Amino acid sequence: METTEVRQKVLDIIADIAMDDDVNGIDDSVALRDQLDLDSMDFLDIVMELKKRHSIVVPEADYPQLATMNSCVEYLTPKFVQ
Amino acid sequence: MKSYDTIIIGAGMSGLAAGIRLAMFDKKVLILEKHTIAGGLNSFYARKGRKLDVGLHAMTNFAKKGERGKPLTKLLKQLRIPYSELALNEQHRSKVVFPNKELSFTNDLNIFTDEIISKFPHEKDGFMALLEDVRNFNEVSLENPYESAKERVSKFIDDECLREMIFCPLLIYGSAWEDDMDFSQFVIMFKSIFMEGFARPEGGVRRVITLLMKKYKELGGEIKFRSGVSEILTEDTKAKGVKLETGEVLLADKVLSSIGYPETVASIKEDLEVKPRVGKLSFTETILCYDKKPAELGIKDTIVFYNENDAYHYRKPKTLFDEKSAVVCLPNNFEIDDYSDGMIRLTFMANFDLWENLSEEEYKNEKNKVLEASKDIVRKLYPSIDMEPNFVDIFTPKTIKKFTSHHGGTVYGSIDKSRDGKTPVNGLYLIGTDQGFLGIVGAMLSGISMANLHCLMPAGAES
Repeated sequence: METTEVRQKVLDIIADIAMDDDVNGIDDSVALRDQLDLDSMDFLDIVMELKKRHSIVVPEADYPQLATMNSCVEYLTPKFVQ
Repeated sequence: MKSYDTIIIGAGMSGLAAGIRLAMFDKKVLILEKHTIAGGLNSFYARKGRKLDVGLHAMTNFAKKGERGKPLTKLLKQLRIPYSELALNEQHRSKVVFPNKELSFTNDLNIFTDEIISKFPHEKDGFMALLEDVRNFNEVSLENPYESAKERVSKFIDDECLREMIFCPLLIYGSAWEDDMDFSQFVIMFKSIFMEGFARPEGGVRRVITLLMKKYKELGGEIKFRSGVSEILTEDTKAKGVKLETGEVLLADKVLSSIGYPETVASIKEDLEVKPRVGKLSFTETILCYDKKPAELGIKDTIVFYNENDAYHYRKPKTLFDEKSAVVCLPNNFEIDDYSDGMIRLTFMANFDLWENLSEEEYKNEKNKVLEASKDIVRKLYPSIDMEPNFVDIFTPKTIKKFTSHHGGTVYGSIDKSRDGKTPVNGLYLIGTDQGFLGIVGAMLSGISMANLHCLMPAGAES
């Protein structure tokens, strides 16, 4: 899968979780937590949505990989291919 | 036999919120509700064409759309309900009225701070230090041990009158303890009332319950009404499921109970080590409707915490009710008034045992005394309301017992809370009042956080 597609899929999840936030102006290199109102509970939701929608399991040790959009895409792209 | 991932007992705010979280992540979940409608402690009814709310005077924890890190914003995000759907209307102004002092507050903390500085100038520094202490405290940590709020606040504020005026709304809007509360609960209440403030969803509590029900059903959650639970089934202190009053048995890996700690323990046959204590506080509530609205008579107050005793006694009265102290709510006085009448709701502290032991005749007479005492307070506060109400209704501690099944007719539950929701039974967790988050925002957050912690987080992450 192309990285742009992976980015879009992650963005769709974030948009559903951060309903009242505008997700269109996200800076891919800055921590999502600093741009959007996301706390640890919400990151758990991102993990659970990845499993629910795309059958991707993110082990707890890998949660830091979801910090920025860039790191999300880098970490998740190989998993989407599998 | 039917089997579920999780069974939730009670379709109140906490049960519905927990149900939404579980259904959202494809858990097989069932909510069991004893009554014919949802809502629990915060519900509604109709009488003579009037739509009336029970429980909720106002929603605490007001936050503006998108305001970060606020409990209300957090819970909407977790439930995936857009802010606009709550249609919140802010309060005009509330006040604490004591014999010789009055303090007003709004949803802007600065107004309250200015009031305190002007009426208690000697306590300015103390109050500022208290604000700082409250701001820096992590009240939602599940590990906070009990700490007397009265003792901690005394370190900042010497003036007993000011201390009691600050405690008054916080105690009567949420404390299961008499005359004091746990400091974590104090901070939750302080932030939710003085720092965030009051709002009312358009349409009242109906709107919130309807939103939660709609969301839960859209996600495929199952709910059964008229389904009282007669027993929580356990084996070797592990939850197995529930038995309904009809005798039907339903199995579940996990059970979330919103019925209260003593009530939950009482519905388990196995002998458990814990004996959670029943709280002592119960209340009466009087609903008075008038042909004129308060605004037409120049009355702007939204909620008044009224006390004419020398000190503020938040405790079970020795009489049927304490007519010297009340909460007076004017639900018309939010930004948008969608009521057809003028309305006043008035709450007194009451003694459950005394109410329960009345004969039918005495019960009627005493209810009448509650009505007269309510009208007295309205006359004292608002001489301009010089008309008789066109409709009245009164709840007593017996009514509360009947509709909530809470032992002792309590509203704020047991004095023994379980902050992490755990009980001596594995797989059985408390949500709602006796988990210990307060108010309806707290109740929903309780359902959400317990569902996340005990039913959704990967195994092992709990520790």
